[in-house]
Amino acid sequence: MDFKLTKTQMLQQELFRKFAETEIKPIAKDMDEAEDYDRELLQKLQKIGAFGIPYSREYGGQGADVLTYTLCMEEMSKVDASTGITLSVHTSLCCPCINEFGTEEQKQKYLRPLVDGSKIGCFGLTEPGAGTDAAGVRTEARLEGDYYVLNGTKMFTTNSGFADTFIVFALTDKTKGPKGMSAFIVERGYEGLSVGPNIERMGIRAASNCEVIYENVKVPKENLLGKEGQGYKIAMTALGGGRIGIGAQSVGIAQGAIDETLKYVKERKQGGKPIGKYQNTQFKLAECQTKVDAARLMVWRAATEKDLHGNYAPYAAMCKYFASDVANEVTRQCVQLFGGYGYCREYPVERAMRDAKITEIYEGTNEAMKMIISGSMKV
Amino acid sequence: MKIVVCIKQVPDTVEVKIDPKTGTLIRDGVPSIINHDDKTGIEAALQLREQLGGTVTVVSMGPPQADVALREALAMGCDEAVLVSAREFGGSDTYATSGILAAALKKIGYDLIITGRQAIDGDTAQVGPQIGEKLHVPQVSYVEEVKEATKDYIVVKRQFEDGYHIIKIKTPCLLTAIAELATPRYMSVRGIVEAYEKEIKVLGFEDLKDDLELDMIGLKGSPTNVYQSFTKEVKGAGTILTDLSADEAVKAIIDKLEAKFII
Repeated sequence: MDFKLTKTQMLQQELFRKFAETEIKPIAKDMDEAEDYDRELLQKLQKIGAFGIPYSREYGGQGADVLTYTLCMEEMSKVDASTGITLSVHTSLCCPCINEFGTEEQKQKYLRPLVDGSKIGCFGLTEPGAGTDAAGVRTEARLEGDYYVLNGTKMFTTNSGFADTFIVFALTDKTKGPKGMSAFIVERGYEGLSVGPNIERMGIRAASNCEVIYENVKVPKENLLGKEGQGYKIAMTALGGGRIGIGAQSVGIAQGAIDETLKYVKERKQGGKPIGKYQNTQFKLAECQTKVDAARLMVWRAATEKDLHGNYAPYAAMCKYFASDVANEVTRQCVQLFGGYGYCREYPVERAMRDAKITEIYEGTNEAMKMIISGSMKV
Repeated sequence: MKIVVCIKQVPDTVEVKIDPKTGTLIRDGVPSIINHDDKTGIEAALQLREQLGGTVTVVSMGPPQADVALREALAMGCDEAVLVSAREFGGSDTYATSGILAAALKKIGYDLIITGRQAIDGDTAQVGPQIGEKLHVPQVSYVEEVKEATKDYIVVKRQFEDGYHIIKIKTPCLLTAIAELATPRYMSVRGIVEAYEKEIKVLGFEDLKDDLELDMIGLKGSPTNVYQSFTKEVKGAGTILTDLSADEAVKAIIDKLEAKFII
């Protein structure tokens, strides 16, 4: 165990860093203000292969590992957490459902364009009345001849504003609770699918996050993922891996805020010297960097466990819980070190602090993470 | 078409620091990158391959660590990479280096050779043209645009101090690239994965000895002696006054000089 990235991973990290600095950083603030994701940037991300990192080249993916995916998440989120979640929902929520539970035909038809980056995916589980309690899903799918007919409303579906492929969870048997839930691949163009406007939010405002309504949407029978009743298992499997991405996003948000603060404390003078010369600043930054380093190692550990096909779920939950906590603590401290300017939208730490909050909530709240962790401890 | 691009790994800094005692480059703590003009050359080669078909081979002379620069070139989309490396090559100046690279290129084979105009560390702009001379192929330096390309000839625009030249050149030939020629693409994730799966061919002295003598290479084969290296003093950018009449311009200059107590 040498805690070092391989040469390949280092070159990947260099690619992500350079891309983020050159292509995303200059427009991140504008995207946040406009509450809209730049479509041209999506295409540039597709071009470098950012949408299919840990997927097999056999299906058009990039053939890299999960650890490389976390490097991408960190570098992109350092400058823009909205880019982080856009990539994360596609890569670690939508694609795994097809990759792990899809038939060969489904992989050829739907996974290939997703992992080669020509199409973008989203994941519809959350509903107005079903968040952490995913078992409370009310959307229904009724089998009628060669089609399932979907009816219901999904909430907070990330990427839905521009996604092509939707993974949707619906009840095929209302009497069975979670065991009556099934997963479907739905195309954007299917009749009866409508996407609402971008929901006004506190952070990750450039990301697309909308309500999606399914009204008598006819989905071909062959678009059922796995078997009827497997939906809950499919959703939980995807979310289990997705948390590694959120952990990496959190590390990125925090490290990005530290990097900006480091520059600022060397320039900002108070009492005749740069504020970085005061021990309070030095100690605060030391505390922040220590926590981020710990969080990063936890993310890498969970990613490595997934790469080795081990039981990564508890590690994923731990890294998501810890790193998101760190992101909130660190961005708050960075804003404090900036003082009044940190509260202004002119400086990116303000955005980082707003963006950090959601990492404690989505893809399973941190309270839910503690349930998973304590469960794995057999408390 | 077989296109070969010569690249150099250089320190990633526009302000090369020189050790005042030894007069050599301080490389500690400075990450290495592909020289900018060379990267432009790679992009131009990849675009020509997309247009004409064929392959792009990337060549670098240097220590085994230059491997990283070659991997990056592969990750951008080059087909093959060759590292020209041997203890005997160490200490070579531009004259010896171009001789070694010419011998390597003869071995590799080429229809078109592209080099960068000059490296940001040595700044001589000599190696490209010298390779062309030693291989007896026609060359155009300072290429800022490829206007037309076929297997038999290429039409390029060459930057010149007070204008440009449009030149039609027969292949095989050599071009040296400047930044205006192309904007280098990013590597891709998959490209990087595959770059590390490929083998980098190494050409040493033994492989090239038919075309090289020991007294033509290394320190012994280098007629250049560097007496002194120093960091160039950086001057501030000047101000250009536009849209002013002659009188206004004169006044503006005099005001400025007075404000600075020069007059």
